[in-house]
Amino acid sequence: MATSIRFDPIRLPPETEVLRGEVRAFLAEEIAAGGFDPRGGYAAERFDRSFSRKVGAKGWIGMTWPRQYGGHERSFLERYVVTEEMLLAGAPTRGHFVADRQSGPILLRHAPEDIKQDILPRITAGECTFCIGMSEPDSGSDLFAAKTRAEPVDDGWRINGRKVWTSSAHYADYMIGLFRTSAPADDNRRHGLTQFLVDLKAPGITIRPIQFPTGKHDFNEVVFDDLILPADHVLGEVDMAWKQATSELAYERSGPERFLETIEVLIELVRVLGAAPDSRGSEGIGRLVAQLHTLRRMSISVAGMLAAGEEPMLQAAMVKDLGTNWEQALPGLARDLAAFADSSPTNRATFDSVIQNATAVAPKLTIQGGTTEVLRGIIARGLGLR
Amino acid sequence: MAEADTIVVDVATRIFQDLGDPQTVNNAGDDSWRAPLWQALTDSGLTLAWVPETAGGSGGARADGFAVLGLAGAHAVTLPLAETLLGGWLLAESGLEAPQGPIAVAPTRHQDRLTLAQDGTLAGTACQVPFARDCDSLALAAEGADGPVVALVAGHDCAIRPGLNLAGEAKDDVIFDGARPRLIAPAGADRDALMLMGAAARAMQMAGALQTLLDLSVRYAGERKAFGRPIAKFQVIQHDLARLAGETAAAVAAANSAGAAIEASERVDAGLLLDVAAAKIRVGEAAGTGAAIAHQVHGAIGYTKEHILHRFTHRLWSWRDDFGPESVWATRLGESVAAAGADELWPTITAA
Repeated sequence: MATSIRFDPIRLPPETEVLRGEVRAFLAEEIAAGGFDPRGGYAAERFDRSFSRKVGAKGWIGMTWPRQYGGHERSFLERYVVTEEMLLAGAPTRGHFVADRQSGPILLRHAPEDIKQDILPRITAGECTFCIGMSEPDSGSDLFAAKTRAEPVDDGWRINGRKVWTSSAHYADYMIGLFRTSAPADDNRRHGLTQFLVDLKAPGITIRPIQFPTGKHDFNEVVFDDLILPADHVLGEVDMAWKQATSELAYERSGPERFLETIEVLIELVRVLGAAPDSRGSEGIGRLVAQLHTLRRMSISVAGMLAAGEEPMLQAAMVKDLGTNWEQALPGLARDLAAFADSSPTNRATFDSVIQNATAVAPKLTIQGGTTEVLRGIIARGLGLR
Repeated sequence: MAEADTIVVDVATRIFQDLGDPQTVNNAGDDSWRAPLWQALTDSGLTLAWVPETAGGSGGARADGFAVLGLAGAHAVTLPLAETLLGGWLLAESGLEAPQGPIAVAPTRHQDRLTLAQDGTLAGTACQVPFARDCDSLALAAEGADGPVVALVAGHDCAIRPGLNLAGEAKDDVIFDGARPRLIAPAGADRDALMLMGAAARAMQMAGALQTLLDLSVRYAGERKAFGRPIAKFQVIQHDLARLAGETAAAVAAANSAGAAIEASERVDAGLLLDVAAAKIRVGEAAGTGAAIAHQVHGAIGYTKEHILHRFTHRLWSWRDDFGPESVWATRLGESVAAAGADELWPTITAA
């Protein structure tokens, strides 16, 4: 079949369940000791250096990386399990998650040896936070419209321009930024962009908060004013960023964070509806659980294909499209179902606060990391339509 | 996990292509294609793949049967292949020999219950049994005086109230009252097991049909020109097809997961509820959404008898109901999740 779509029925191997038990025990201890509040709101936005250090000490950051850089040479599926359990516990992983998922792998592939030796072990220790400098005021989904310039100077590059919607920039140590080093080519408008490693403590950088509608702060504007970057901070080939990062993108799009970030909505829904809901409540829960289970199977399938060295870009885009749209609809469906429940005031209060948080976060899910529209374009290309 | 045997898959693919091509069947206007296709499936041992060789079957893995059903769905095969596989399996699990020829299974709805009285006669009606009147034999799961039983009944020993599904396939009410089974045994697999196995089988067929639906839609969008270009070049059509692809992918993943879980499981029992219910629910949802998109993309030509699209969409709509529709499985799954409690939800999902 021309458009056959492979989603192999990959199961997590048994050894990952041992690890899952360890992660659950660690998180339960942390919660019991007041290390973090599992109901502290949208976990992905919470930065907690001391928590990241503990996770690093457990060996759960950079799990798949080589030992010589502080990694642990474990499997991608083991990393998957750790990610899942952190999401379920509402753990504040912001201090290390971006570096673990994508910045570290980019450095591993493209950074010079001394930089790898310097930075990667600090990431795996939970000591080093990364952010991603992609979007600009006039360049969001259209990434290749980026205008922030990198001009060659003696021994390096001079950066001028600004990035926006940069999550975590206000506490991150480094950014991996996408800057324009040449004009687009006539036959390839994606040409001319280069990835750089940016030390956010360097002079020439101003970071300003951009608040969410809720008043919370995670987005930033990052302004570069004659920032000088050393020549060896170029990551990959100059002008050729568009060729890089395909498997990184597949990881970014297909992970469990694409449908588990506000999973407490479903758990609190089950609590509010009680042990024996009416058929409407039962059916509602059943559908949501079936959909979640299917998303998880798809996501694990992609993780398995990535672990086997494949680049399932089409499948990864589908996981993000289906996963984020499912998660976005979740608070609305849960709200409808819970409206009939006669639950204890305590359970109800928890549910209401979880729903409020998830409802406010929902619009962001289908925008960050590739909009629904961009993803469907990628899927259409995979189908041979463009 | 054991994969399906590639030889089985190759044989089935060739048979469906040669003798069950949807366009040829659609053009035929009669049943002339039916006997040769069934004969080829029987001769190659595919109809009794889930019956051990010692019991007269071909002793295939469950994965083999599920793979064949996916292909059958992809060709919109209108024969009681899934039913005969299931019937053979149900009988074999209880140590009964499978008869020659097509077998229908009952019941196929959660609410239908059959009983076997002390005097050896059956009571009860199984509604909407696919292909009942086309089969000489009916394998059924019933409640006996001493527990669940499996029995084989001759078709002419029951009363049949004929019906049709949307795709024109027999879907009959079978009235078992007073019928005396030819064979009876204590159930090695009971009624719940039959519903689980049947739901997984239909999920595989539907996932296969959705793959062809996607194929047909992508191809048509590339061929059909409007406003001076192929409609596949319009972004709105591209996004419709991307959604169809996503639904198809979800269906394939969910059905494969259920098939793999059954393949890996010693017994077909309640331990498979999450995987099988999720498959029937999610594939059923994909069938509804996917069929609507495919018709919209095809425009008026897709709403004709001449075009083969209906062979897939009508079956998808119909198959959703067999062995429990989405709503019934969702209610059962939801009840089970709720009874276990909120804090067991995630452990249940990760344990599956």
